[in-house]
Amino acid sequence: MSTVVDDTHHDEHHDHKPYGITRWLFTTNHKDIGSLYLWFSFIMFFIGGAMAMVIRAELFQPGLQLVEPNFFNQMTTVHGLIMVFGAVMPAFTGLANWMIPMMIGAPDMALPRMNNWSFWILPFGFAVMLSSLFMEGGGPNFGWTFYAPLSTTYSNDSTAFFVFAIHILGISSIMGAINVIVTITNMRAPGMSYMKMPLFVWTWLITAFLLIAVMPVLAGAVTMVLTDKYFGTSFFDAAGGGDPVMFQHIFWFFGHPEVYIMILPSFGIISAIIPAFTRKRLFGYASMVYATASIAILSFLVWAHHMFTTGMPVFAELFFMYCTMLIAVPTGVKIFNWVATMWRGAMTFEAPMLFALAFVILFTIGGFSGLMLAITPVDFQYHDTYFVVAHFHYVLVTGAVFSIMAAAYYWLPKWTGYMYDETLAKLHFWTSLISVNVLFFPMHFAGLAGMPRRIPDYAVQFADVNQIASIGGFAFGLSQLIFLWLVIKCTRGGEKAAAKPWEGAEGLEWTVPSPAPYHTFEKPPKVE
Amino acid sequence: MSDSNANRADNGKIVKRLLLTVAGMFAFGFALVPLYDVFCEVTGFNGRTNNEAVAVTHTEVDKSRTVTVQFITRNAQGIPWKFEPSIKQVKVHPGEVRVVNFLADNPTRSDMVAQAIPSVAPAEASLYLNKVECFCFNQQPLAAGDNTEMPMQFYLDPEIPDHITTLTLSYTLYDMTANATAETLAQLQTSE
Amino acid sequence: MKMKPLLALMALFGFSAQAQNRLNLTEGVTDVSNRVYDLHMTIFYICCVIGVIVFGLMFISMIRHRKSKGREPAKFHESVKVEIAWTIIPFLILVGMAIPATSTLIAMEDTSDADVTVQVTGSQWKWHYEYFEHEVEFFSRLATQQEQIQNKFEKSENYLLEVDNPLVVPTGKKVRFLVTSDDVIHSWWVPDFAVKKDANPGFINEAWTRIEEPGIYRGQCAELCGKDHGFMPIVVIAKEPAEYQQWIEETEAEQIAAKEREQELLDMEMSMDDLMAMGEKIYNSTCAACHQANGQGIPGTFPALAGEGVSVDPDQRQQHIDIVVNGVQGTAMQAFGQQLSMQELAAVITYERNAWGNDTGETVQAADINELMNQ
Repeated sequence: MSTVVDDTHHDEHHDHKPYGITRWLFTTNHKDIGSLYLWFSFIMFFIGGAMAMVIRAELFQPGLQLVEPNFFNQMTTVHGLIMVFGAVMPAFTGLANWMIPMMIGAPDMALPRMNNWSFWILPFGFAVMLSSLFMEGGGPNFGWTFYAPLSTTYSNDSTAFFVFAIHILGISSIMGAINVIVTITNMRAPGMSYMKMPLFVWTWLITAFLLIAVMPVLAGAVTMVLTDKYFGTSFFDAAGGGDPVMFQHIFWFFGHPEVYIMILPSFGIISAIIPAFTRKRLFGYASMVYATASIAILSFLVWAHHMFTTGMPVFAELFFMYCTMLIAVPTGVKIFNWVATMWRGAMTFEAPMLFALAFVILFTIGGFSGLMLAITPVDFQYHDTYFVVAHFHYVLVTGAVFSIMAAAYYWLPKWTGYMYDETLAKLHFWTSLISVNVLFFPMHFAGLAGMPRRIPDYAVQFADVNQIASIGGFAFGLSQLIFLWLVIKCTRGGEKAAAKPWEGAEGLEWTVPSPAPYHTFEKPPKVE
Repeated sequence: MSDSNANRADNGKIVKRLLLTVAGMFAFGFALVPLYDVFCEVTGFNGRTNNEAVAVTHTEVDKSRTVTVQFITRNAQGIPWKFEPSIKQVKVHPGEVRVVNFLADNPTRSDMVAQAIPSVAPAEASLYLNKVECFCFNQQPLAAGDNTEMPMQFYLDPEIPDHITTLTLSYTLYDMTANATAETLAQLQTSE
Repeated sequence: MKMKPLLALMALFGFSAQAQNRLNLTEGVTDVSNRVYDLHMTIFYICCVIGVIVFGLMFISMIRHRKSKGREPAKFHESVKVEIAWTIIPFLILVGMAIPATSTLIAMEDTSDADVTVQVTGSQWKWHYEYFEHEVEFFSRLATQQEQIQNKFEKSENYLLEVDNPLVVPTGKKVRFLVTSDDVIHSWWVPDFAVKKDANPGFINEAWTRIEEPGIYRGQCAELCGKDHGFMPIVVIAKEPAEYQQWIEETEAEQIAAKEREQELLDMEMSMDDLMAMGEKIYNSTCAACHQANGQGIPGTFPALAGEGVSVDPDQRQQHIDIVVNGVQGTAMQAFGQQLSMQELAAVITYERNAWGNDTGETVQAADINELMNQ
């Protein structure tokens, strides 16, 4: 990243910033912090990805070859935790830090010092979590959902570290969310009314409210796990009058909004990219905003669809089934709006657009399997099988992660001042697109045929699909090295990027030079 | 920015409100625990039965139908008591008050305290199972080598829906010796 | 053999049925599972139709509305009519899906008027079945050899889907399952019945099935329950009612006889060698999953037995017996008093006190176990 800094320095001589490690440790600049978040999430993406490779390698063939079941469970658990809290969420926070001030014409985030803190506790939290993997008895092995009593009475000694790490990540997310809300409410340039804000800003505003609402509930849940395990309370222990199923209610009260936290900012990104490359205004801006808000509200009413098999009365199962199905309506509106935006546009297919198009199709496939999972009677068959694994990887990998990649390609010229290598980007796109489908599509079949999730070994009839999925997995993992190389290359040089490198792009971020100067919009722009 | 001072004051206000929301939601996470209990009590969500005695308030018995009530006993890990119902199942008319005895035997060489935790399937039926008296309301002490008969008196609410023809009441017995209440321990001492 | 062609035909049919099910949900063998399958296919087809329309429009757009074809972008960016239409139409489709889903769900949850009740209890990592109407109960454990899992032997056809004692139920009768757990949450799942119910410790859950065809049906634990979650399969044999009746009566008689025999054997003193030989076998099948074959345990998770703790302390022989028989509350250590015979318990405790250099030289006899359990 330092090269970026040097270059911006040459271009913008009024930029003055400290050098060396202290610059990054003490920075309060939203662009620096955004870069830190993005690089951190990139590193986490590779660490979590390495764990996925271990999982896929073990599942390449039936039988136990590489790892012990206990270690396998640690891999599935920590892979999930890292990808959710370490890769996807910080990547979105990084994008928010970089782009929201520039999109609303603000000089920086509203609370720059808190911004510094919210990033720097993150590596610390993950150091704690990852270090527990090397302790006696290993790290967390109870799934990223840490259902009690597996995570309380029956968990290993390192659970306290897990709880501590989750608390830190939660505090970091909450601080980030507060910053986003304050920035958006207070720092908009004159004339930038709410209904003129780019959708990325809108979706992030709603996401931030979701974070504020549910991260504290997660903190409560892990605290109860901690006291149940170490201090003799019995929130989740039937012996003392508790109920293990209550853990799931509390967890999913956090957990379901959490999955929208990981997808709403994607909607914002896609809503920026598709109009840019179709050279046509986004179709149905207002309905996009309302759809996002209604998805967010509905997300508080559907948590128990993760728990249909726990044994609920019929009325509850019906309620949660209907609410869940209802989410398909606003989500459908979004998809239709994007298709209508493309309709009769003038499209070009640069890397951001390719990823955005893949997002629309593959996220919709994930949405279809989500709709199938909502139907309670069939969910009894799908629940906790690879069908679910396929579903949430379609939504999170080809959904959230693809949108983050699309965003990276879209804004890399603005960040670095150079165009990325389009040939490499196309290579990255096509290898990723093909391999990700080879990886996750067969998982639908494995799940339907009856393969439970989170198992280190499986019956022989699942061998073929698993082998195919593993090959896809390795290929997808390798494809991301192309992306890493591309990003490093782009920070080091290349074709100079114009202030607005994309013909159809709209928004204040394109009115400043590329790379964006260290300080932008010190005088607020006028929005008509 | 020209209005930065005004902004800053504003920021503090919003941050304060958001922090209050965060604190409120953290508290709400814990409030979910009693809320869940109340919700379960009202809807029979998790199949728990009443843990305090209810008085018999009705007079009529619905002789037109019978419901089979099955009893299941289970020992949690670490409790070596023998624990079983004197009868596996009874057929009752809704409204009829019945007593079923449960036998407990502590074969060990130490005094122990146990707690029975009830659960009903279907969970919905727990709304209509009313216990007038039950050993599960309290911890049960039992001296070394002793045995006892523990009564459970109950009736089914005449309002019980027609589609519930069988219900199962299960008791899981947990060792509570380490967490015994002073009251229970006193009972142990007087019995010796 | 006249049967041979028939068997070959059956094998072929079985194979093709299996091949079909390798990629899709099973239709199963109950009315409910059929309805679930139909529902699954209906929703799948609806999704396919929507997918074809949406993706079709997208691809038409991607092919025709390109800048490279000299297209000028259109100016429209909203249309209230269209937006209302694509809110209402999906909603109506969803209502159409919800109706059959609701009726199927209500049928699945109706557990009334069962003919047979089976109590299903999960524990780390096996299932226990107890028949409410009969004095029959047994544990059901994975029967696949460790050597197959460790890739030393070739994997059998039902690798990881075979158990020592399968659950036996009658066909054509309503069988009700009362599902619970002794430790963590498990989930009892047999795809052919479309039954999946979580086993929650301290609570009982209900499910039911009415199997139409006799046969062997296999399933697995579906909820992550610790280290060997992948190794606790479920096998259910459905028999014609008469055959079932015969089986349950025979098994009941056998189990009663076994208990009586156990009492008779109490006075028998076994030699150290016999105890050690028997103990080693039981240790490897029952205890080694956690404490490991070498008695070293897994540090931080399962304690070691070799060279430390109660198993080497002569003063703690009684505690050792107590722990094995009654388990330790609040830990993964189960009560084996109900799982093994007294003789087996005596043997395995003797083994633990003398293997891996523990060498206490002490034997434990069935009578010692009896004294603890029944005084």
